[in-house]
Amino acid sequence: MASTITEKILANASHQKEVAPGDYAVADVSYVMAHDSTAPLAIESFYKITDKVFDKDRVIIVFDHFFPAPTVAGATMHQKSRKFVMDQKLSGFHTNGVCHQLLSEKYISPGDVLVGADSHSCTEGALGAFTTGLGSTDIGGAMATGKCWFRVPESLKFNLTGSTRKGVYAKDVILSIIGDVGAAGALYKACEFTGDYVKNATVASRLTLCNMAIEMGGKNGVIEADQKTLDFLDGRTGKIFRSDPDAAYEDEYEIEVKDIEPQVALPPVVDNVETVSAVEGKPIDQAFLGTCTNGRLEDIEVATRIVKGKKIARNVRFIVSPASEDIYFAAFENGYLRDLVEAGATICNPSCGACVGRHEGVLCEGEVCISSMNRNFSGRMGSPEAEIILASPATVAASALAGKIVDPRDYL
Amino acid sequence: MRAWKFGDDINTDVITPGRYTVTTDRKRLGEIAFIEYRPEFAKEVQEGDVIVAGNNFSPVAIKAAGISAVIAKSFARIFFRNSINIGLPLFVSEDADRIDDGDEVEIDFKTGEIRDKTKGIVLKVKPLPKFMEKIVEKGGLVNFLRSDGYDNV
Repeated sequence: MASTITEKILANASHQKEVAPGDYAVADVSYVMAHDSTAPLAIESFYKITDKVFDKDRVIIVFDHFFPAPTVAGATMHQKSRKFVMDQKLSGFHTNGVCHQLLSEKYISPGDVLVGADSHSCTEGALGAFTTGLGSTDIGGAMATGKCWFRVPESLKFNLTGSTRKGVYAKDVILSIIGDVGAAGALYKACEFTGDYVKNATVASRLTLCNMAIEMGGKNGVIEADQKTLDFLDGRTGKIFRSDPDAAYEDEYEIEVKDIEPQVALPPVVDNVETVSAVEGKPIDQAFLGTCTNGRLEDIEVATRIVKGKKIARNVRFIVSPASEDIYFAAFENGYLRDLVEAGATICNPSCGACVGRHEGVLCEGEVCISSMNRNFSGRMGSPEAEIILASPATVAASALAGKIVDPRDYL
Repeated sequence: MRAWKFGDDINTDVITPGRYTVTTDRKRLGEIAFIEYRPEFAKEVQEGDVIVAGNNFSPVAIKAAGISAVIAKSFARIFFRNSINIGLPLFVSEDADRIDDGDEVEIDFKTGEIRDKTKGIVLKVKPLPKFMEKIVEKGGLVNFLRSDGYDNV
């Protein structure tokens, strides 16, 4: 039977010759991840089942949602998770970046199965793996057993062809797709991105595409691994699976990326997508660059190119959180951080930063933030009366300079 | 077991309206199930009864109320996983609406046969695989992993 990448990875991990959409499979998981916000509940479930993790090198805890702790409640949660890390002697414990970026850099290989207690666990699928977000009970179960049950999802194929025009990036491409497909258009489905645009895209941009699969309801995002993936893996090897040419997809989308303009997603839902021209001139209070969606070196590089030697608008906070320590160091060594700070930006530690509304840039009532993150839900960055507008790093940086939303193509 | 029939898009707010749910107490959750949508439900439901619904059925209070299974045309994804993991079996059937409210039904979990004894009809659904049957039997994922585990199924 012809199969998709997702079906092949799940068949391999569940020791079966093949699986079909709708089948149930018990798969071995390569890694189980929880972060500071979700680990405490998962740990509770875990201790109800057993007192020893299935593999101390395959259970990973990342403090990224509120690190260093901004509140006593946060510090208490960290204390609980840290005790678990120490008691279980886990080798994977990190406080230096967003979980999905760290997992991409240090752990995940093609063919792996990752379950993460975070909805954006679909990100790492960009390396040719099956990666998905689950609730705390499931994560506790996976920490205990190294296994997890899945319903094999139907696959959707997004065939992206051509090249984007100047000033248009992977973020604009995925926002445009979400605008077309809708917030529930890929509910429970495997979202496979393919086509020459994807092949030519950097690994960083591929991670951006897969990161937002969940914003159209997808179970996982996935991209076939190639030489670029292997180069990115820096010595890690994996098992490359490719979709058969005659594999069955529930739906196929043909997308010419050259037609895509810079996009924005307006509050309060991610599929409320317009071209940037729809809100050009709208005053902003904050511009945020970072996250598992767009906090990578290429994102910081384009932002730096736009603001270097200039000053951001006086009424705007421009906050930059590199997505990992490696990215932070590279941005430091390339001089980007200095250029950004000289332009008026505030650099935060590698973490989720302002994206989760707990510290490092919360919004008050009536404020508007343009952000490179993936969700614009009411209250996500603080007050439910604040507006969050999603856009590419270039649009974020250009808007920080202008003090209002602008088309980045005029600034490149 | 009696069938309780509901329509499409039965979500958390229909089952457990927000202002009643400031509790995680199972018994109390069972008492407020459908409190506004069908006030008689919590009083009359019997241990083992079944819910039949349309599309996109989503939510835990119903198990606490005594419901033993839900048959619907489709389920919301998170509800599906959570239900199995708390030991509430779900069955997808395009023909769910052939069963009416108050019908006497019997489910054979092993064969996937749903017998509507009132009407004398049998609906065939995809039975749950063995391990999921076990998860349900043990009352949820945590109990299942503590006792059997995937390797012993």
